[in-house]
Amino acid sequence: MACIEARGLRKTFGQTIALDGIDLRIEEGRVLGLIGPNGAGKTTALNSILGLTSYEGELTVLGRDPWRERDELMRDVCFIADVAVLPRWMRVWQALDYVEGVHARFRRAKAEEFLAKTTIRSTSKVRELSKGMVTQLHLALVMAIDARLLVLDEPTLGLDLLYRKQFYDSLLNDYFDRSRTVVVATHQVEEIQQVLTDVMFMDRGRIVFDCSMEQLESRYLAVAVPPDHVAAARGLRPIHERRLLGRSILLFDGADRHQLAALGDVHTPSIADLFVAVVGNEAGEPERATR
Amino acid sequence: MNETNPPAINSATRPMYWSIRRELWENRSIYIAPLAVAALALFGFFLSTIAGLWGKMKLDPAQQASKLAEPYTHVSLLIMGTAFIVAVFYCLDALHGERRDRSILFWKSLPVSDLTTVLSKALIPIVVLPILTFVITVAAQLLMLLMSSAALLITGQSAAALWTKLPVLRMSLMLLHHLVVVHGLWYAPIFAWFLLVSAAVRRVPFLWAVLPLAAIQVLEKIAFNTSHFTAMLGSRMSGGSDGAAFMKPTEIHTHLAYDQFLTDPGLWIGFIVAAAFLYAAARMRRYRGPI
Repeated sequence: MACIEARGLRKTFGQTIALDGIDLRIEEGRVLGLIGPNGAGKTTALNSILGLTSYEGELTVLGRDPWRERDELMRDVCFIADVAVLPRWMRVWQALDYVEGVHARFRRAKAEEFLAKTTIRSTSKVRELSKGMVTQLHLALVMAIDARLLVLDEPTLGLDLLYRKQFYDSLLNDYFDRSRTVVVATHQVEEIQQVLTDVMFMDRGRIVFDCSMEQLESRYLAVAVPPDHVAAARGLRPIHERRLLGRSILLFDGADRHQLAALGDVHTPSIADLFVAVVGNEAGEPERATR
Repeated sequence: MNETNPPAINSATRPMYWSIRRELWENRSIYIAPLAVAALALFGFFLSTIAGLWGKMKLDPAQQASKLAEPYTHVSLLIMGTAFIVAVFYCLDALHGERRDRSILFWKSLPVSDLTTVLSKALIPIVVLPILTFVITVAAQLLMLLMSSAALLITGQSAAALWTKLPVLRMSLMLLHHLVVVHGLWYAPIFAWFLLVSAAVRRVPFLWAVLPLAAIQVLEKIAFNTSHFTAMLGSRMSGGSDGAAFMKPTEIHTHLAYDQFLTDPGLWIGFIVAAAFLYAAARMRRYRGPI
């Protein structure tokens, strides 16, 4: 069953087109990475899914219209918005009490177990916590809610690498169980690669790439070619080309692995490589990419 | 928690209960301000007891009762005035502050509807503050009575006259009546208006709450040379056309004019206006994002 289904989803703010008629279908039990540059429309897409903003077109989330049935939807959906939004006056125990009070599916023991692994004390106020600790607290609250859909919009923005790693490890180990759906929007691509089952690139209000991770690994190949083989490699119609340490890295969609192996070292491209290839080209800057 | 409290029974009232608790966590001035004023008034009374109680006890019996009651009335007015000011500033910030610091995105990630949130915020000035005012005032007045009695006993006089002359029960009933009728019922549209402004504007809610009202008065005066709007506001603040909401202390034991008050169309129009303002505030909170 589809967790999220959109057809012709469109949203404009005055002259600016935030969502330019996107179609998408996210099955239940997937972990989708929504990746795009700043201003690509990721937050607008997520806000539509969460019923926080109006839109044109069709959108169904867990069988409901998020704009009209938001109150019902929020029993099954949880999210962390793109800015640190935990109220600064709140104490940790108050946050636990409150969420336990209003959410029937919050398991306090789980949140406390998670917090016990951190240095956060239950008497601390949010304003006394570091940025990383606030994110940990928010994650502890959200992960203890047995939601069917979890939406994370830049959850690790402004955190250092260690916290970011820890965040995604916790998410994967403690939360994801193949029945819940997770959508993570970010532009920090590297850390989430191993967490995802699906990846989607957005640019200028459109979805420019949509692929499962298995598909990605079987379809796309990168090959590092020494200068004397570049012309031959280019003949195989790469989708992207860049120079690195005197060699050219060419990216292919659906090419034959043996054919490429003759030209240089073949490897599976990272999401970051693909992102640069797809969004870089879409942005109409292939020259900068190949220079 | 849910094992002992089946969520089905409490599902309707629990979000409301926790929403009100969280308001009290966030806005501690709701009870600190009246308590502080009560403490200050008690201190002042303590000083004046030492100075002048014996003089009052020697007055002729006809004057004695009203003279003795004076400081008690002053204390209740002081606490009530404080509570009203707290209520006004609370309302102006209630739906504005959460958008300003973006914590609204956290509140909205939980299954508490906008209407529940707005109603819980409206209940603070309409129900919670009057109850607090009543409890704090009665407690302060009892302490004053005990202080006076102690002072009299220490100087070897009887405190019996004090207890018989002072209309303790009547004062409390008066206060309760005033709080319920004026602050709870008659002022409801005023608080609802402040909440609506708080939900609607991007900045300086105080000015937006006050200036349009002044502008309408000026415009009406210039355009039609009438002042119906001014009269309407004045009647709202002063408790209706014939002051039905406010009653003199002398009237309380003869008749409580509830029939007169309940049939006052002003009361019912006020309710309708308050309901409309609160509904509009909930819609605004529902459909508008953080600032």
